[in-house]
Amino acid sequence: MIQESFVVAGILFALGLAGVLVRRDVVFVLMSIEVMLNAAGLAFIAAGARWHQADGQVVFFFILAMAAAEVSVGLALVLALYHQNKSLDTDVASRMKG
Amino acid sequence: MEIVFYIAATVAIASTVMMLTRLNAVHALLYLIVSLLAVAIIFYTLGAPFAAALEVITYAGAIMVLFVFVVMLLNLGKAATRMESALLRPAMWVGPSILAAILVGQMMYLFAHGMGSGYETSLIGPAEVGVSLFGPYMLGVELASMLLLGGLVGAYHLGWRRPQGVATARGAR
Repeated sequence: MIQESFVVAGILFALGLAGVLVRRDVVFVLMSIEVMLNAAGLAFIAAGARWHQADGQVVFFFILAMAAAEVSVGLALVLALYHQNKSLDTDVASRMKG
Repeated sequence: MEIVFYIAATVAIASTVMMLTRLNAVHALLYLIVSLLAVAIIFYTLGAPFAAALEVITYAGAIMVLFVFVVMLLNLGKAATRMESALLRPAMWVGPSILAAILVGQMMYLFAHGMGSGYETSLIGPAEVGVSLFGPYMLGVELASMLLLGGLVGAYHLGWRRPQGVATARGAR
């Protein structure tokens, strides 16, 4: 079952990566990043269960704190981008100068 | 008990695929929340109940609420109420509801079989995680708190708009 959870983590990470590459909406890109972070956390928990150590859950805690900080800054950036461009398209953001 | 793991993994992957293929951000958020809850059940079956609780409280609770706030903030205005009634059509929440009902059924099954019997591998409880977190990983906890403070200050700075009066006063001078 631990091997299968690594497979699930890999599938979820690949789905998140596909979302980052395919979707053009900034909110969708942020949500896909959340999926990728979650998949990484799943891999750490599975590794911790494999070696019967608490370290996997400790690293998951750090991933959680990092995701919270990343989301707060990322969503503030989304709001700033929307106020500036009136659009959430990532291609519009590539026209920025300065 | 292994069947619980497989069903939860299927629900997680299916809801993530549904999330990526939605066109509307609110519908995608519903499926993303179901995906996070399914991963929480996977954590529980892997013998990490503390991580499962943190996943539900912090990820599905706090972080997703931030997403909902921002998505709702971005479509304010006259069309928002019309859009909101269109967003919450029964056809839109019936898919996430079915997936969430599967997860609730699994939770009931785990509770019916006793709290401690759901673990496929050996249990690593909150006490061991806490001892490790505030023992050898103390520096990491401090760094995480600094990171959260940095996130707070950064979000405040990015969200701050210059008041109109200040800008004109500076221009007049």
